[in-house]
Amino acid sequence: MQTEATLETPVHRQRENRLRATLAKDRKAQFGVVVLGLFIVAAIVAPWIAPNDPNEMTLDMMNPISAAHPFGTDDLGRDLLSRIIFGTRISLFIGFSTVIIALIIGVTLGIAAGYYGGRLDFIIMRYIDLQWAFPNFIIAVYLVAVFGTGLFNIIAAISLAFIDDFARVTRSMTLSIREEQYVDAARTMGFSNIRIMFGHVLPNAMAPIIVQATVSVSYAILAEASLSFLGLGVDADTPTWGLILADGRGFISQAWWLGVFPGLAIMLVVLSINFIGDWLRDALDVRQAI
Amino acid sequence: MGIYLIRRLFGAVLVMLAVATLVFFMLRIVPGDPIAAMLADAGGPEEVAILKQKMGLDQPLVVQYFKWISNMFQGDLGSSIYGSRQPVTQILLEALPRTMSLAFISFVIALVIGIPAGIISAMRRNTPTDTAVSMFAFLGLSMPDFWLGILLIIVFAANLQWLPAIGYVPMSEGLWAWFSHLILPSIAVGTAFSAIIARMIRSSLLEVLRADYMRTAASKGLPVKALMLNHAFPNAMIPVITVIGIAFALLISGAVVVENVFAIKGLGRVLINGILNRDYPVVQGAVLVVSAFFVFSNLLVDVLYGVIDPRIRLS
Repeated sequence: MQTEATLETPVHRQRENRLRATLAKDRKAQFGVVVLGLFIVAAIVAPWIAPNDPNEMTLDMMNPISAAHPFGTDDLGRDLLSRIIFGTRISLFIGFSTVIIALIIGVTLGIAAGYYGGRLDFIIMRYIDLQWAFPNFIIAVYLVAVFGTGLFNIIAAISLAFIDDFARVTRSMTLSIREEQYVDAARTMGFSNIRIMFGHVLPNAMAPIIVQATVSVSYAILAEASLSFLGLGVDADTPTWGLILADGRGFISQAWWLGVFPGLAIMLVVLSINFIGDWLRDALDVRQAI
Repeated sequence: MGIYLIRRLFGAVLVMLAVATLVFFMLRIVPGDPIAAMLADAGGPEEVAILKQKMGLDQPLVVQYFKWISNMFQGDLGSSIYGSRQPVTQILLEALPRTMSLAFISFVIALVIGIPAGIISAMRRNTPTDTAVSMFAFLGLSMPDFWLGILLIIVFAANLQWLPAIGYVPMSEGLWAWFSHLILPSIAVGTAFSAIIARMIRSSLLEVLRADYMRTAASKGLPVKALMLNHAFPNAMIPVITVIGIAFALLISGAVVVENVFAIKGLGRVLINGILNRDYPVVQGAVLVVSAFFVFSNLLVDVLYGVIDPRIRLS
């Protein structure tokens, strides 16, 4: 690979160049960026591009695919395409917001544990180990059981379930960065611990955190879809992909489209994010299982 | 080995104790008071008082906690607040074989698909076969398991009518009846797992094939078959075992959701129905058993690891 990097090129600029160069060669990543981009646009402009009101019931019940209803209609005569377009909003909003929350909390815990060490590290890590011992999804299910359903509670449940992943990644990076000379230098210059942690350690730990965040968004979207499907989702009136599948499940033998299209939407989004995640892992040179 | 085993076992029991504690207090300390909501569903003030007394909710929290822990060790997890107030342990014991059967068949299916797929794509690296396996793996990881279940029902049960769409039949009513009901749900649960295994085997095998000892063995003139069977596979399998530990999480989370697609009354369905009915004794019990299943299968993986790689049990 060509290296444009010289002594004058700052690290983040090198990273950008590398990302651009690898994206140009990676067809899967290009697919991912384009498809995810389309879904994000669809989520934003949903009211303008959806052919119908997603909750409007009509007498055209369980209509198959037609020009008027490209994805057919459900048992209450609601337009499936419109419901899926609106479902994009919840799915992406929950996928991204939960990961941002989990990232902020997890990274803070991980960096504090790794930087300060000692008793603080011990306490934080015992908790993280405990959470690590469980499938994230089971934690989310139990949290929904305790908090109850609804948008805010679902976001809280999924965010909390993903904290341990970020805390572990950040802590292990912090442990090695802590020993670097530039951290020593910053300490000698009398910088505050907060400034060293967030100004010196964190920027150098970002690569694996970004990769972890990408993977987590795809898991968070799947988790939200599963919760909605199980009846533990946002609420019964908001169309989400998992809920549309749950509503249509009873009719799949007569109306296959109700069982196919919402799942296809979930799969396309998650697949795109996984493609992007794979590209980032290679481009940022992060070695990590799964 | 004995000390290693005891230490790991002790650790697992401690984790379970911590989980039981967390499960207990979360339900009682969280704002919104789920217990009060559960009681409100139970009926009038008289019924609530009886239920409260029966469940020991009129006692101080600390007393309730120690009672819950000591009862747990005696296998008593309370009883359902509905219907005939069936003991939770009994409900879970009925559900357990269903979930275990589903998890077991899913595990077998995942290995049967994942291991050969990974080996083939590593040996035919950068060929169309390799690309096809890689695409299959990406799709398997990106498909929601419950959606795959729905697709399988549409194709194989509703249209082709080859296999039953829903339900569970115990093994005592015939091996085929049992197995045929589990094929579709197991594929739904196992596919993501098989994708992970295939990817892992491919990358670990490629790494091993580059190792110095492989070149030495090849230069000794060892035939390819002996080279692969004696040198490559045993070493390539070590990281795979770690991934199997992680993948138990997928199997269990998968079973919880997929049981609800196929109307299998296993732990997952018990758990979700318990949540939807606010039947908290059942929810607590189900979460505990799912956790135990997970903690002890991880323990098993750790021990296996120690058997295969002696360096680990010494550290």
